Formats: sequence, structure tokens, C-alpha cells
Amino acid sequence: MSFRARHLLGIDHLKPDEITELLDLAQDYAALNRRTVKHSDALAGMTLINMFFENSTRTQASFELAGKRLGADVMNMAVSQSSVKKGETLIDTALTLNAMQPDLLVVRHPQSGAVNLLAEKVNCAVINAGDGRHEHPTQALLDALTIRRAKGRLHRLTIAICGDIAHSRVARSNLILLGKMENRIRLIGPATLMPAGVGDMGVELFEDMREGLKGVDVVMMLRLQKERMDGGFIPSEREYFHRFGLDAEKLALAAPDAIVMHPGPMNRGVEIDGTLADDINRSVIQDQVEMGVAVRMAALDLLARNLRASRGRTAVGEP
Amino acid sequence: MDLIFRNARLIDPEAQTDALGSLRVTDGVIAGRGAPEEPAPEGATVIDAQGRALAPGLIDWGVKIGEPGERHKESFRSAGLAAAAAGVTTIIARPDTTPPLDTPEALEFVARRAADAPVNIRHMAALTKGREGREMVEIGFLTDLGAVAFTDGVRVVRDSKLMSRCMTYARGLDALIMGHPQDPGLTHGAVATSGKFASLYGIPAVSPMAEVMGLDRDLALVAMTRGRYHADQITVAASLPALIRAREAGLDVTAGISIHHLTLNEFDVGDYRTFFRFTPPLRSEDDRLSMVQAVAEGLIDTIASFHTPQDEESKRLPFEAAAPGAVGLQTLLPAALRLYHQGGLSLPQLFRAMSLNPARRLRLPGGRLSEGAPADLILFDPDAPFVLDRFALLSKSKNTPFDGARMQGRVLGTWVAGTPVFGDLA
Repeated sequence: MSFRARHLLGIDHLKPDEITELLDLAQDYAALNRRTVKHSDALAGMTLINMFFENSTRTQASFELAGKRLGADVMNMAVSQSSVKKGETLIDTALTLNAMQPDLLVVRHPQSGAVNLLAEKVNCAVINAGDGRHEHPTQALLDALTIRRAKGRLHRLTIAICGDIAHSRVARSNLILLGKMENRIRLIGPATLMPAGVGDMGVELFEDMREGLKGVDVVMMLRLQKERMDGGFIPSEREYFHRFGLDAEKLALAAPDAIVMHPGPMNRGVEIDGTLADDINRSVIQDQVEMGVAVRMAALDLLARNLRASRGRTAVGEP
Repeated sequence: MDLIFRNARLIDPEAQTDALGSLRVTDGVIAGRGAPEEPAPEGATVIDAQGRALAPGLIDWGVKIGEPGERHKESFRSAGLAAAAAGVTTIIARPDTTPPLDTPEALEFVARRAADAPVNIRHMAALTKGREGREMVEIGFLTDLGAVAFTDGVRVVRDSKLMSRCMTYARGLDALIMGHPQDPGLTHGAVATSGKFASLYGIPAVSPMAEVMGLDRDLALVAMTRGRYHADQITVAASLPALIRAREAGLDVTAGISIHHLTLNEFDVGDYRTFFRFTPPLRSEDDRLSMVQAVAEGLIDTIASFHTPQDEESKRLPFEAAAPGAVGLQTLLPAALRLYHQGGLSLPQLFRAMSLNPARRLRLPGGRLSEGAPADLILFDPDAPFVLDRFALLSKSKNTPFDGARMQGRVLGTWVAGTPVFGDLA
């Protein structure tokens, strides 16, 4: 077993063989998830807490289901509505939860680096479910598994990531993961939504979407946050859709078997044409959601194994 | 009361010399210099420096003291003790207190409180009432009470018309304005310098051009008003051409930099370490090297610690949410000595930037080793190595980026007007 990490805070810390191991295990869980009885005892007796400092329905549901299918006791905490409002600091919230002896902690936070900070203060395994505009590792892993299943491989592909790269943790984690697995990456979007210094990261940049999509194997669309549409970063929704929205005409420039991805939730008619999103021959958006549960099961399982191994080394008198 | 230092390595920032000699002090004033083994006058206290460096005490321009408002972070007493131990003989205190130092009454209050400190303390006053950028403070009254400069700290006066009036009014009183040259629109919300590092870590960042824009505006206003102006921190190479042009045009402009921007770079932030959050943020290594060069050439006039005490709770937060700044009094000299040991700057050059130039610009009598100057002195061993332990600092706050760092430079004694305030030599 090569996956040795104590936490899953980002893709940056993972080696290619760790990524492959995690995806292989997720592939098994994907098969399990299609059976009528979807249950494993990998996390039996363990406690999983979902702590979301930022609203999320999909990711939280996905982690909740993953934990339950592995037999863990799962608790959800929407922290944005509770103690933070009363002035409690992030670290105190973490220490409070830590005292309840969870084994696995899934955290989303609106500020970059907040999950790393929290992970230093607790003695359970921590999964980053998105921190600010830094990383969202399980999203990149589920995207990778989806690509691998659709394309039969996860290397030497040309992959376009389109839209709001600057504010996207999904883009960052994908950029790192797909780069580690030796793919060609193109970033497509208006310059106002490109992070500074991205030109030095071994990617190709395109402001002309038609040019950027030529011959690509994978088209990965990103969500454009509503609050960025009001003239601050782009002039209007309709101009954005005209230049950077994915429709059948632009997709025709990609490879004939190119797949279309989107991390959701989608803004139909802003970044992606509705008909295209529903086209089961091109869109793998529903597969992404399905693989999300499998990848999160694999991540939870691997971290739990490492946790048990480390406790076995240090604890005295445990069975 | 006579005092003589013999066998001392005299660091003279005026003459730019570094040579063995002796120095005599009479009644708190430097009385003269002589050969290393100069015979001691009758009844004088003799200090054998054993070849260690004797220099004018540091004048640290821009120290935040938590009085009034945040005395749990730093008091005049704690800052003064830290300064004495650090060889800082004059603290130039910042007005960004709570409430801000913007009235003669507030200045009288802090002047009384400052008597707790064993070193000299001079005060800057706010430039606008409440540091809100709407109305200028009573520059005349405050000048009469001894305010040495006027500044809103890192809050930029956005209204250029108001800034120009402040400069014009201050010119009539010969008062110095210290600006924070950053474009407030571009810098809003940013906590890092834009580039690959900030992008990968997902930290809101600002281009170095924000500094160029801020400096260009302020220098244009200086050209318009002919006021006296000091830029608090110039930290990127792109700002230097504007500074050179201003000097060539004969404008009364000087510039400073923090020791942190001379010794650390953006990568030091590492894994979101909040003790490395500064305003302006740490820059690229190229910029850092350009700034060291600019200090050597005298283009950047002053180096200061921008001592900013923060309690643990202000720093134990996600990077964006953490308070900026670091304590710096006790690390100013050892950090500056890194530049000396690395060969970028000589000791006379360092003391020109940390003692002589602040004194000249603020019209203070210290900062010199010449006859008639106050005997504000430090004796130090520039080579003595140590590992910094933040909990050993005398400041009430312990937020230093140098915790655990290997440093060189130990202060053996500090004298203010000939009276020892630190060390057990005399």
C-alpha cells in the first residue's frame, strides 16, 4: 500500500502512485455502489463528522452517503449557522469537535489554508472538502476517475479547463492532479478570471475558446459564481455565454469523442448549453456525481486504515 | 560624569568609517574620539570594548505601541525594555492606536505614558481625524507639542484633494508627512503579492504595481505642493525609477523599508504561516535583492522594524483573516546583520539607514558618533550566534517570523544620553 497520508488536504501532497491506488479502490467502490446492497464495514464503529463552514448540498450529501455506506456513524454540522456566529474561533470549534473523539473530519471553509490550520489541531484524519480558492482534492479525484473510465486512461490526454480559473479551487486541484499524471492542460477563460503567474505552471492559456478547444479529449467546464457576473469581472452573462459558454458549435472543434464535464451546480445558459449538458453521448456530468461517492469512500477507507495503523503503533492496551 | 569606551570598533555612519578607536562621553554628550588606547581622564568610567562594535543607537521609525487601546499587546514599558535590550535608543511611535493619536490631548496623554520607557520616545500623529481620510488634524498644535511626522499609517488617504491640502498646510509648518504608497483599490482584500505562489495557495493577492501607482500619486502631489514627504515602505524594484526622478527633480522626498522586506520573501509564508503576513505583503526574491541594493546606494534612506505587536488570537486564524505585522524591535539588529554577513551592506551603511538618516529626516539630535551629539550608543558583538526563541522576547507579544531562526549579533550594552539602560558594563 503506497497511500501513507494522515490527512487529505490537497492533491499537491499526493504522489502519482498514491493517486492511482486511491482511484483503483474507488473503482471497486463504484461497482459496489451499483449493487442493491451497497454496504461495507470498512468504517464500522468509526465516527465521521461533516463540518461545513460554507453552504453545500451536493458535496456534503456525497460525503454523508460515502460514510454511511462504509458503516460509519455520520454527523453533519452546518457551522456557518452556529458557534461561529457567536464569535467562536475556528480553532476552538475544532478543539470542541476533537473532544467528541471523531475519527474522520470532513471540512469545507471559505478561506484558503483554513483546513490545514484545523488539521494541525486535531488528532483525527481530516479531509479537505474545499478551502477558499486553494484546493478541493476529492473533486479532482472524482474527475480523474470519471476521465479514466470514459477514456480508458489518465495520461497523455489533452484537457481543457474553462471558465473562472482564478476563483476556483476545483481548477487548482485538477491542474495539479492532471499535471502529475502527465496530461496536456489548456486553460480557457477571460483574462480577468485567470490567476496571476499561471503562465509559469506548464499550461497553455487561451482567451479564444474556439482556438483552445481544438482537438481536446476532455472539456472541463467550471461554474461561474453569480456574484462575479455583475460587471466586476465580466460585462454580462450573455456576453460570457457568447464567448465562453459551451455549446454544440464550439464543442464540434474538440476531438470527436471528447467528453464534457462540470463540477456542478450548473448555470445552464451561462457557462454551458442545457441540451449539451443532458446529452448522454457527450456529457459525463452524472457520472461525476456517481464517482464522487465512490472516490470519497476510497479516501475515507484509506485514511481510516492509516489511522488504525498509527493508533496500533502508539496505543497501549487496545485490542 | 565621564565615560570612555576604549578599544572600540567605531561605526560612524556620517563618515562611513569602521575603525578602532576610543570615544569619550561627558554629561550625556559625546565629547570626542581618540586612539584605541587613549588614556582615561581622571575619574572617568572606563569600558574596554575589546574590539566590539560601538555605534549610534538605533532609531526605529514606526513602532506600534498598544497605548492607548491595546495595552495587553504592548505598553510603553514593555516596548521600552525590548528597545533597550535591542539597542534601539529612540522609538518613533505610530499613531494608529485605538483611538488614533489625532488630537493634542491624546498626544499629551501618550507623552506622559512614554515616561515609563527607559529609551527616548517620539510620537507621530495621525494625518486625518480618526484616520478616516476626511479632515486634517491640528497639524500646528501637534507640531508644537513635538509630533515628528504625520501619517494615517497603512490607511491611504484616498481623497487626493485632501492629501494635497494636507501637504500644502504641512509645508507652511515645515511638518513631515509619511505616506503609505499603495493604491487602495488594487490592494483591497489582498494579503499576498500576486504571482505563482499566491495563485497556487489560493491567497488573494495584489500586483507590485499597486505600490508604483500609490507612489506616483504621492510624488505628483509633492511636486504640486512642494511638501516634505517620506514614503513609509518602498518594497519593489518597479518603484525605484519614480523615486530617482523625484530626487532628480529636487523634491523633498525620502523613503524607508521594513527589515522584513529586506530579509524575507513571499515563499517564506510557506504553509499559510500567519507570522509572515505583512502590509505590504512580502515580495519576490528579485525585489528583495533590488531593495538591499537600493539601501546600499542610499536610494532607500531608512530601515525600520515596523514593530507591530499582535496577540496569539489575532494570528491563530486562517491566513486571510489573521492580523498583519510582526514584532521587530529585538530582531531589527540581528536581522539587519544578516545583510552585513551576507556581504550586501557594510556596518556604516546599515547604521546610516537605521540611525543617521531617521535622525536627519526627523530632525533629531542622535544617530551620530560626532562631538556634541547625545551619547545614545550601543555596544554589540556583530558575530555572536544565537537561536531566536520568541518566548524570550521582552515585548508582550511574541509574533515574530524569526522564531527558531539562527541569527548573529548580540547587544552588550545600550546607553541613552550616557546612562546605561541595558547591559552590565557600566
